[in-house]
Amino acid sequence: MKLMEMNHVGKAFDGVPVIRDISLSVEEGEIVSIIGPSGSGKSTLLRCATMLETMDSGELIYMGEKAAWSDETGKMTFASKRDLKRICENYGLVFQNFNLFPHFSVMKNITDAPIAVQKRDKEEVYRTGRELLKKMGLEDKENAYPCQLSGGQCQRVAIARALALNPKILFFDEPTSALDPELTGEVLKVIKSLADLDIAMVIVTHEMAFARDISDRVIFMADGVIVEEGTPEVVFASDNERTRSFLGRYGEMLK
Amino acid sequence: MSVSMMVSQLAGGMFVSVQIFVVTLVFSLPLGMIVAFGRMSRNPLLQGIVKVYISIMRGTPLMLQLMVVYFGPYYLFGIKITNSYRLWAALIGFVINYAAYFAEIYRSGIQSMPVGQYEAAKLLGYGKMQTFFKIILPQVIKRILPSVTNEVITLVKDTSLAFTISVLEMFAIAKALASSQTSLIPFAAAGIFYYLFNLVVAVGMDYAEKKLAYYQ
Repeated sequence: MKLMEMNHVGKAFDGVPVIRDISLSVEEGEIVSIIGPSGSGKSTLLRCATMLETMDSGELIYMGEKAAWSDETGKMTFASKRDLKRICENYGLVFQNFNLFPHFSVMKNITDAPIAVQKRDKEEVYRTGRELLKKMGLEDKENAYPCQLSGGQCQRVAIARALALNPKILFFDEPTSALDPELTGEVLKVIKSLADLDIAMVIVTHEMAFARDISDRVIFMADGVIVEEGTPEVVFASDNERTRSFLGRYGEMLK
Repeated sequence: MSVSMMVSQLAGGMFVSVQIFVVTLVFSLPLGMIVAFGRMSRNPLLQGIVKVYISIMRGTPLMLQLMVVYFGPYYLFGIKITNSYRLWAALIGFVINYAAYFAEIYRSGIQSMPVGQYEAAKLLGYGKMQTFFKIILPQVIKRILPSVTNEVITLVKDTSLAFTISVLEMFAIAKALASSQTSLIPFAAAGIFYYLFNLVVAVGMDYAEKKLAYYQ
């Protein structure tokens, strides 16, 4: 079953098209990496998928339920507030710069939304929170505040926070771009360990080796369109000129 | 008149000063928040009205505003001013003046919040109210505390302006005593009172800042 579906999505900022006629779908448990040069529209695509940006045209569907769609005249319609609230529970997003709540402890960052938004049982949420922290290797940081953590630790807390809401699909917007190589490694390791959780993941990344190792499917974007998509083997060994020029040395190294 | 008698008379005025201070804070702090939302409203009419209001409150002397609130009802509508209206006029004048200042402080704090906090809250499913009260406001309070301290300290001293509409607060009584007793002691006592009052305020606000220093 298709968890998420985007059809012919377009988005422009001040008349400048950033993504053009993009169609993309994600299956249950699938891991998709989106790679491409800066400014190619990868992040915008993710922000449209998570409705942080309103798309200009096309349609967005989660679990067969339409969240947004444009009619023949090009006018966008969005699902009702109540429907959107339910639809939004399907996905989570991990930001490039974490966006943790600085005034909440690590534990509260993770548990507050499940308790305050999803109205789940406090005990159960805290138990889940502790399990997630253990999975992230942060079981001793429960009562720390984000300002006391390293960037890599912050990002792992942010991943735990997103997972605590039990999303079916988790988006990552360049999760390691704000981190040094050492911290990048620890975050990538954690993301890899999620592969067996049966959550679909869509990862915008510049970590080519990581994308190749973890993905079921790699999407290469440039200039607002999907240039190429397929299994890592296919995309990284592509003969497409644009893909090759972007992958450059990576492509050579991985061959 | 002995010094102790002067002090006991001044104590009565002190009570009125503290009263003006407390009532002004209790009402202008929340009112300022409402004004701040009006100022940030996307409705141009509402935003325009609030802008003019803030501009007048900041652009004219508080002393004059107190007089307008006190004498205005008579000159504008011919309503007879009663003696008991004096203190009310002072309270209303202070509240609407300080609300304007607090509104701008709130606005600066709210607009300095990174958009990522709103985006994270949205993704986690928080509603608008929850986002504001749980995520944004606590961080805004920490950010604006030093500016608020400034205003609160100014307010302590500004309460003395109530004497322009003959409210018998600390300063009015000190002035009357000074001329009737031809002594500077009442002024000295008043000075010490304002200083000690502000010392308490500063220590309290400092404590609050330290309390919120557990995160950055």
